[in-house]
Amino acid sequence: MLRIIKQKISSRGLSAPVIGGYTHRLSPVASTIRHFSSAIKEMLVRDALNSALDEEMAADSSVFIMGEEVGEYQGAYKITKGLLDKYGPERVVDTPITEAGFTGIGVGAAYHGLKPVIEFMTFNFSMQAMDHIINSAAKSNYMSAGQINVPIVFRGPNGAAAGVSSQHSQCYGAWFGTVPGLKVLVPYSSEDARGLLKAAIRDPDPVVFLENELLYGESFPVSAEVLDSSFCLPIGKAKIERKGKDITITAYSKMVGYALKAAEILEKDGINAEVINLRSIRPLDRATINASVRKTNRLVTVEEGFPQHGVGAEICATVVEDSFEYLDAPVERIAGADVPTPYAANLERFAFPQIEDIVRAAKRACYRSVSTAATA
Amino acid sequence: MSLVRRSSDLLKPFTTAASTTSFLNSRRHFSTDDTTTITVETSVPFTGHNCEPPSRSVDTTPTELMKFFTDMALMRRMEIAADSLYKSKLIRGFCHLYDGQEAVCIGMEAAITKKDCIITAYRDHCIYLGRGGNLLQSFAELMGRQDGCSNGKGGSMHFYKKDACFFGGHGIVGAQVPLGCGLAFAQKYRKEDHVTFAMYGDGAANQGQLFEALNMAALWDLPAILVCENNHYGMGTAEWRAAKSPAYYKRGDYVPGLKVDGMDAFAVKQACKFAKEHALKNGPIILEMDTYRYHGHSMSDPGSTYRTRDEISGVRQERDPIERIRKLVLAHDLATEQQLKDIEKLARKEVDEAIAKAKESPMPAESELFTNVYRKGFGVESFGADRKELRATLP
Repeated sequence: MLRIIKQKISSRGLSAPVIGGYTHRLSPVASTIRHFSSAIKEMLVRDALNSALDEEMAADSSVFIMGEEVGEYQGAYKITKGLLDKYGPERVVDTPITEAGFTGIGVGAAYHGLKPVIEFMTFNFSMQAMDHIINSAAKSNYMSAGQINVPIVFRGPNGAAAGVSSQHSQCYGAWFGTVPGLKVLVPYSSEDARGLLKAAIRDPDPVVFLENELLYGESFPVSAEVLDSSFCLPIGKAKIERKGKDITITAYSKMVGYALKAAEILEKDGINAEVINLRSIRPLDRATINASVRKTNRLVTVEEGFPQHGVGAEICATVVEDSFEYLDAPVERIAGADVPTPYAANLERFAFPQIEDIVRAAKRACYRSVSTAATA
Repeated sequence: MSLVRRSSDLLKPFTTAASTTSFLNSRRHFSTDDTTTITVETSVPFTGHNCEPPSRSVDTTPTELMKFFTDMALMRRMEIAADSLYKSKLIRGFCHLYDGQEAVCIGMEAAITKKDCIITAYRDHCIYLGRGGNLLQSFAELMGRQDGCSNGKGGSMHFYKKDACFFGGHGIVGAQVPLGCGLAFAQKYRKEDHVTFAMYGDGAANQGQLFEALNMAALWDLPAILVCENNHYGMGTAEWRAAKSPAYYKRGDYVPGLKVDGMDAFAVKQACKFAKEHALKNGPIILEMDTYRYHGHSMSDPGSTYRTRDEISGVRQERDPIERIRKLVLAHDLATEQQLKDIEKLARKEVDEAIAKAKESPMPAESELFTNVYRKGFGVESFGADRKELRATLP
């Protein structure tokens, strides 16, 4: 049994799509000889999300947006800007500040075949709606033996912003990632934002779409293919942002940027790091992660969320289970500090991973000497 | 510690503060009379729901009138200074300002004791001050310094003062209402003769948890007073777009309610006095304070995309709470225009001094990252971002 599974992992290439039945929609591009402009366009993550919402709403009239300030205010973070004017108040619905209520309403609408995109102003507020996300959305298809699927997307900023203190800074990736029946996506770049949001909206199951406020204003190059309205990314596939051979660094959301910067620093020290942008926490792309670790033999997991029972813990477990003999060093975990997020700027800096933390952990995994540890 | 005393001097009648020599030497002494009764009429009568509203006539004293002016001037100054500090990036994250709403917390304090509890959401700076908090700790907290009231760890939304029964300072809309009913539960459990004021906004008024807690408070006769500070906008959404019935004082259904002009400190005082008496005998009551915030929802919100500048300036002209008190003071000949201006100048000076001192306060020590996770940590380990680099044993 073990051997069969091992074979499956090693033979599965990086290009194979995973569970969910969603394949990369390359056919229009491949079959027609289209010449795309060779100029590299830059796109803000905010605009990537906005354009994805716009295009999916144009393509499917059952898609609607619901949340606080999404309409007249143009979105608390301007992600839904212009959509009320374009699609009207029936499809861009401003709600009172009542997450439990409107999430339940959204899930109910999804039961009846609509495709809601529910915005949480931040995922901290999703805790008010947890019962509906988990019990009403995630478990329905199973409990009803497939009669009631829930094609809903829950989206909004997740994790820390800057100086917003403990009640507004938590990362919910690990929490939602625990639940079977949910899909949990974590875009980093504008390409991720567009491709994954479109995939999420088209997906027949409940998708938790964890954005990041500090990434909204970041700009990324996007190819013409990404800008095409048919563009979509597969759910459950990680992306290798940077190829390397000495160590694997996994990250998601804002931490991908940090990991890439850490990789540049490590390069100067002769350590060639491979950076994996998870893109999906559930399903977790165990194949890509394991294939990478089998190549590099060392792993650092990076996340913003709390360490205990975090995403890194699951990645470590999966690698120990499937690629134990390939590990040349213990798995290193870099995560948010095990404390509620403090407000003071200097303390907040210690509460979240910094680039030097990733560099240090990578060097440890490579058995390079590092400066002596500081204990509080 | 002396600064604590200094600030609380400012909240006491002005002539007892150390810096009033100029006042005492001025040609005209303003009244410090505690015994003369002045009767003030509230701007509008109260509207009751399932209860007989109290009288429009409110008794006060010259001392109290002057205190209202001084305290509100200080609060106003503090909030405006916070605006500048935020713009110069000394305050980070979220900052929700209370200017325009001062009469609510001032009137409330005049009717209650420091053993009555108050809990509110994130627009909490002035309520903290009203409970006896001091300017230095307020600004230091806003700037994330160790001398802040939460040692710099909470920030703008998380001010507390437990010794004055002020329980924060909460970031999640609506959460403070069940918490407030819980405070009332404890007060009843311990057979105290005190009440809890759970404050919330028109945005939070639609939260389900409010009705769950209210039902239980009514069922169990808890001394809970729900105070809806209706400033008519829940972030960018006007009340009529969020509530089928924006008559928040009626939303308790079987729970009585009172509609109050929240820009009139004496109306607020009267209502809170009435509510306290009611709550101690008959359980929960809702007070709806009709108030207004001049600033946007927070410093990230200009406040002018969903309301007109005319509306904002109109309220400032017609209903400003400090102006109302100024007129009363002048009408009753308690001080001159110049003296009142001097009080405002002094408030400005006090605020500037507190800010200067707060700027000198250092950032919290790194070890503070790990303090207060638990009251009792049992020696468990906690970790920094790199668990092999930074770890601590929780006391």
